[in-house]
Amino acid sequence: MLRYILKRLLHGLITVWFIATATFIAMHAVPGDPLSGEKAMTPEIRRNLEAKYGLDKPVVEQYRIFLVNMAKGDFGISYTQQNREVNDIIREGFPVSATLGILAVVFAALGGILLGALTATYRNRLPDVVIMFLVILGISVPSFVFAALGQLALVKINAWTGFTLFPVAGWGTVMHMVVPSLVLGLGTMAYLTRLMRSSMLEVTNTDYVRTARSKGLPPARIFLKHQLRNAILPVVTVLGPAIAAITTGGFVVELVFAIPGLGRYFVQAVQQLDYTVIMGTTVFYGAFLVLMVIVVDIVYGLIDPRVRLKA
Amino acid sequence: MTDATVTNAAGFEPVHVDRQVQKLTRPSLSYWQDAWRRLKANRRAFISLYIVIGLLLFTVVGPWVWTVDPSTQDLDQVSKAPGSDRRAFVAEPYQPWEGVRATVPEGAASTAPPANFKTVGSTTTQAVRLTWDPVAGASGYRIYRNIYRPTAGGALGLPLGDVLSPEQVSFEDRLDLEPMTYFYAVLTLDRFGAVMSPPTSLEVNVVRVITPAQAVERGLVASVADVKVGDELKLALHPFGTDYLGRDLLARLMTGARVSLLIGIFAPLFYVLLGIAYGSAAGFMGGRADSALMRFADFVVALPFLLFMILFKIAFGIGPGESGIFPMLVALVLLSWPSTARLVRGQILQIREEGYIGASRLLGARTGYLVMRHMIPNTMGVILVTLTFAIPSAIFTEAFLSFIGMGVAPPTPSWGSMCNEGIRTMLTTPHELIFPAVMISITVLAFNLLGDGLRDAFDARMRSRE
Repeated sequence: MLRYILKRLLHGLITVWFIATATFIAMHAVPGDPLSGEKAMTPEIRRNLEAKYGLDKPVVEQYRIFLVNMAKGDFGISYTQQNREVNDIIREGFPVSATLGILAVVFAALGGILLGALTATYRNRLPDVVIMFLVILGISVPSFVFAALGQLALVKINAWTGFTLFPVAGWGTVMHMVVPSLVLGLGTMAYLTRLMRSSMLEVTNTDYVRTARSKGLPPARIFLKHQLRNAILPVVTVLGPAIAAITTGGFVVELVFAIPGLGRYFVQAVQQLDYTVIMGTTVFYGAFLVLMVIVVDIVYGLIDPRVRLKA
Repeated sequence: MTDATVTNAAGFEPVHVDRQVQKLTRPSLSYWQDAWRRLKANRRAFISLYIVIGLLLFTVVGPWVWTVDPSTQDLDQVSKAPGSDRRAFVAEPYQPWEGVRATVPEGAASTAPPANFKTVGSTTTQAVRLTWDPVAGASGYRIYRNIYRPTAGGALGLPLGDVLSPEQVSFEDRLDLEPMTYFYAVLTLDRFGAVMSPPTSLEVNVVRVITPAQAVERGLVASVADVKVGDELKLALHPFGTDYLGRDLLARLMTGARVSLLIGIFAPLFYVLLGIAYGSAAGFMGGRADSALMRFADFVVALPFLLFMILFKIAFGIGPGESGIFPMLVALVLLSWPSTARLVRGQILQIREEGYIGASRLLGARTGYLVMRHMIPNTMGVILVTLTFAIPSAIFTEAFLSFIGMGVAPPTPSWGSMCNEGIRTMLTTPHELIFPAVMISITVLAFNLLGDGLRDAFDARMRSRE
């Protein structure tokens, strides 16, 4: 088990290095540099600034310096925001994005599993038809439309009831988090519901469920112990990629609901070619996602004893 | 009837065998025929197929039927919902107005609002001319315009201007007038410029007018001689309304569909092809080459997708006047191929062990022949299903990027960028958001349902089920 985790972590480290290198190459392939966006400066000033930031060195040398600093956990100082370290930006923005993302994942997973189990139990009856229709809608409508509609609905509700239970935009209290995370999780929830439904239907027809039924076990026990636990496995497998999709997909929701998350900094940094912030956020996101996938795989092994975690 | 003792030649005739019995009652179905038959039986998938065909027609044939230029701005009809009033009356060109002057009555300063607040002449989109009675002691007047009926103590609306002379008792409003009902208000100012009286308000219905020259310019009539003052004309028809710059929404939806479907269909097509080549190479070579190739694919999968989409798109650069479709295509292809590669590799590994491959190899088939004749055709069903599911996700990605302003460059419409523009005016003119959003949703829905149908149709386990 420990060997397996260590090996996965080592692979993860190599993956992060690959991500960093790919980002570095892509970023330096963009014409211009962080200094070219600013107001016109004389060649002397420009040379001095380049020397200060190490931009006058060959790209390979810059890459080497970057790798050494990254190994120390130092991503440098932002080019465009005064006196701000990239680490500070991440420290400030990531908890917000992560809170939003985790809430969305929890909502999507719980909702997906419950609705999926429900539709499978009531197969081809009214709850199934209604939920599957909503699910198809959830898969087909882009998240920004949901975000816009959610906000519109909030405006109307708040105006109608006369007080603000859920604020329309911003961040801070628990109430701020509810609607954005619902909106963010909706697409994934629809997807998970579909997956859960089909795996639940498959499980219902297995021999062990029939055996359990013939033994006369109470239906609730069969449902929880035999069906749900087995049907949940495929859902757990896609949870890793789902977390990835949700955390990066948070951009739009952050944009629409004016949430001060990491996504906003990244989009800004790309537009201004802020090398250090781009590198910092991408590597951080990449490392986070790699870690999430590893965690999900380990959890999978814990849930399903048939999967042995071998190094 | 036959007898054991018959010894003549007739006795040695072969017994008649009824060959009909051996004949199959139904012709055997090939894999593809069978899949097609099952797809046809799936009504949901078939309707989706028709929707997809309809969308393609909308995109390709649409611009020939609806020939309005998507970039022409109709400034008379900005942000108009479908079915809004298009009537316009022909009027003389605008004539300057000298206004109304009156002598201010003597006496103590009055805090009464200006009396006799009324309009002069016809109220049209060219100008609304207002006049009122002078007020003793006033040093000027302030005029407001509101689109809502003013309430006591409520807001007066847009301050149009101050008239800083007590004798000048008129105001001419020419500010972006629309054919609707306005509520004007006027109040008096004292000699320090402070508000002296409560406002008087006036409800004004404005009618749209158009000069003969403008009518000709907009192509509503052939020549100036065809119309006379007072005629009623209809402005250009916009069946789906117009956007915030007065551009025809239907034409923009059609042009936007071109971008969205171009990326939605070609990006998956290219990366699925790339994935097939990569995956079949890895699956066939096997061993170290296979694991090296697949390790690289794993790395590409681990890249944060949207961050890299944005980075790549910027890295490939958009020159002035370019739409930025090509960089987006390249970025999508470069980032999305590994999933197909993995799938195809798995399929190839499975098929490699099949008996017919061994038989073919025994008969002397070369590797290239095996791949082209047996392996790829047998993975085609799975690949087709992947392709149909890849299309909606590519359309989503394009819409998402255009929505955050990282997609196609502004003059080129795409459904995503239209949503982005529409969301700003969501509260007042929701149709600008709804139409592109509905188009995206219908397209994605159709491809998803079609993909479901295809998956069921190609699924070998379903083959025996009727």
